Amino acid sequence: MRGKIIGIALALVGAFAIGGIALQRHEPINSLWIVTAAVCVYLLGYRVYAAWIASAVLQVDPTRATPAERHDNGRDFVPTHRMIVFGHHFAAIAGPGPLVGPTLAAQFGYLPGTLWILVGAVLGGCVQDMTILLMSTRRDGRSLGQMARDELGPLGGFAALIGTLLIMIVLCAVLGLVIVNVMKHSPWATATVFATIPAAMIVGLYLRVWRPGRVLEASVLGLALLLLALWGGGWIDHHPQWRGLFDFSALSLALFTIAYGFSAAVLPVWLLLAPRDYLSTFLKVGTVMLLAVAIVVTHPQIRMPALSIFASGDGPLFGGKVFPFVFVTIACGAVSGFHALVSSGTTPKLISSEADVRLVGYGSMALESFVAIMALIAATLLDPGVYFAINSGAGVVGATAAEAVRTISSWGYPVTVEQMHALADAMGESTLFARTGGAPSLAVGMASIFGSSFGKSLMALWYHFAVMFEAVFILSTLDAGTRVGRFMVQDTLSHLWPSLGRTSWYPSVLFTSALIVGAWGYFLYVGVIDPNGGVNILWPLFGISNQMLAAIALSVATGIIIKSGRRRRYALVTLLPLAWLAVITSVAAWQKVASPDVRVGLFAAASGLAHKLATGQLSPERAAVAPQLIFNQRLDGFLVILFTAILWCVIADMLRVCLRRLRGRPLLAGSETPYVSSRLAMAGQGTGA
Amino acid sequence: MNLRTAPPSAAAALVRRAGGVVRRGWLALRTLSGDDAFERYLLHHQHCHPGTAALGRREFYLQEQRRKWSGVSRCC
Repeated sequence: MRGKIIGIALALVGAFAIGGIALQRHEPINSLWIVTAAVCVYLLGYRVYAAWIASAVLQVDPTRATPAERHDNGRDFVPTHRMIVFGHHFAAIAGPGPLVGPTLAAQFGYLPGTLWILVGAVLGGCVQDMTILLMSTRRDGRSLGQMARDELGPLGGFAALIGTLLIMIVLCAVLGLVIVNVMKHSPWATATVFATIPAAMIVGLYLRVWRPGRVLEASVLGLALLLLALWGGGWIDHHPQWRGLFDFSALSLALFTIAYGFSAAVLPVWLLLAPRDYLSTFLKVGTVMLLAVAIVVTHPQIRMPALSIFASGDGPLFGGKVFPFVFVTIACGAVSGFHALVSSGTTPKLISSEADVRLVGYGSMALESFVAIMALIAATLLDPGVYFAINSGAGVVGATAAEAVRTISSWGYPVTVEQMHALADAMGESTLFARTGGAPSLAVGMASIFGSSFGKSLMALWYHFAVMFEAVFILSTLDAGTRVGRFMVQDTLSHLWPSLGRTSWYPSVLFTSALIVGAWGYFLYVGVIDPNGGVNILWPLFGISNQMLAAIALSVATGIIIKSGRRRRYALVTLLPLAWLAVITSVAAWQKVASPDVRVGLFAAASGLAHKLATGQLSPERAAVAPQLIFNQRLDGFLVILFTAILWCVIADMLRVCLRRLRGRPLLAGSETPYVSSRLAMAGQGTGA
Repeated sequence: MNLRTAPPSAAAALVRRAGGVVRRGWLALRTLSGDDAFERYLLHHQHCHPGTAALGRREFYLQEQRRKWSGVSRCC
């Protein structure tokens, strides 16, 4: 009875808040409406939809022993309390994606992003994470790739492997680009981010040499070092000589990032990767909680309109209409295929009861989605003119400040050079024009939220704190991504030459690391020399690849549900989000490939630039880099085609398996482990816990 | 509840309960961060493999880091 009353109250408040968002079109709305609507939608989804899927579709069985119980080895297989698993899983899935995507998608206005984050998460992303988590738990914690191979066939397994490797490369490139754009010509940001590297190494030595494994002590030391780095960066920025030493162009910073990525991949994990991850996890969870409190305390007004004039295309951040591009731009936060890799493999080995998958799988994703909502609020509370001035590349709005404000104001989003100077001054930066990539505008948004809750005089400090927060975990994703990519390449190459598969053989480590870093380093380099900022090409590519991985995961899930012989219509739970992802990914891919608009179509852009180059319409500097840009745009076009081909191969394979099942033909046996009764559950019942 | 007017036993119970919450929070933080991983491993080892030598603290830490970072353990 109490549950029903809470459910009805949630539904009423949620409907009221969503109604408020939808109806207040011509006056600014308060961010509390969005927060309220989001919380109600997540709670309803969790209490009603997730509970139904868990009991009816997945037939979660708490009496069935999980791999953690059966293989308990005190290390990776450990039955763990569900709140602890929830924390681990959330820390693993939450990355920079849900911060950057919503910031970029804010160019369409606040409404499309908000609706997609809420609907996409509750019906798509959360469902995918929970379903894959349960399926992997029932298969001894097998990875997504293994499940695809076991349940669909070798094609599915191969597609998952290639898809994961490609997404890793695009992800590292685009994140590298985001971080370069934050640091370029900003001595404070550069000095602080650079200083986080020795800080992580000191923590690594502490954990290895002085006090092995004392993670909390080391983390306190590390957080103190990070704050010192933040303060030291400010000191350097105000020092007349030192400041020049840390003032770098985007190209130099890209080369630094590439060298860093290579070093991180070949150094032992205890020295850089592991300690950096401890620091980034603490910083991430702490900052997200602080941001949630600050948003509720300050409940800022949203200044961006519900729908901007760019909903119909021609946006300055990236080309394309709201359909399908808002769905591709916001992947993490709504549906992220990458989560399926963590939901299979790592987390299932900690689950102590199948009943926990709802909290761990569905709940963690709902929380990550809420992080995306907060990023959207931080982006849309800025004056639209300011938002566009920060996020538009020089190639779109003009290279000088006067040109940029003229272009942006002519769109109906007024902004002045003085306003931008005052803002840059308050944030301790020389300029905020054309700081593309989303991270600088997110940092400005976060600084204004933190500033108005905890003291405006510290605005520059808050801005660089936000930059450090983004940088630390972007770099930790870069390290981890490069390393996983390296292992995958080593595994694949071991079929050609067994020695290359030995993960600790140094020549192989150097060779395969160079391959992976070279691949993402190339895209990063081209992104940096692109006058439009590069993110406009790379982010949609990342979105498409992430949605492709989600479609692979949902295909595996659909295939397993159909094979299980439960009611066929239950497969709609994963089939509907899969169909939606297939539609938006394919439409977006079609437009990226075939559109004649040079701001959308990659091949059209390449031909347009080639024509300008041939007829001498480009300035000498632009003509010098044009051949590389033309090649890259065509390469990106082929990558989009490849992603779409992989997507449809997996969907066709899944449909083949389903048809065979429906016609009663023989199928792969699958790899679900047989039922073993849980002693933990019996012991729990015995003690009444 | 007003602590000054409450009988001393109630105040003591409250302090005890608050202490329990803080303790549980601290233990959860240790488990979440992996700070107590070695102690948990030793307990498991004593329980399941008595009489055999367990790994040392440093060796265990290094092996765990290698295992953790050999697969996908972080997302975008």
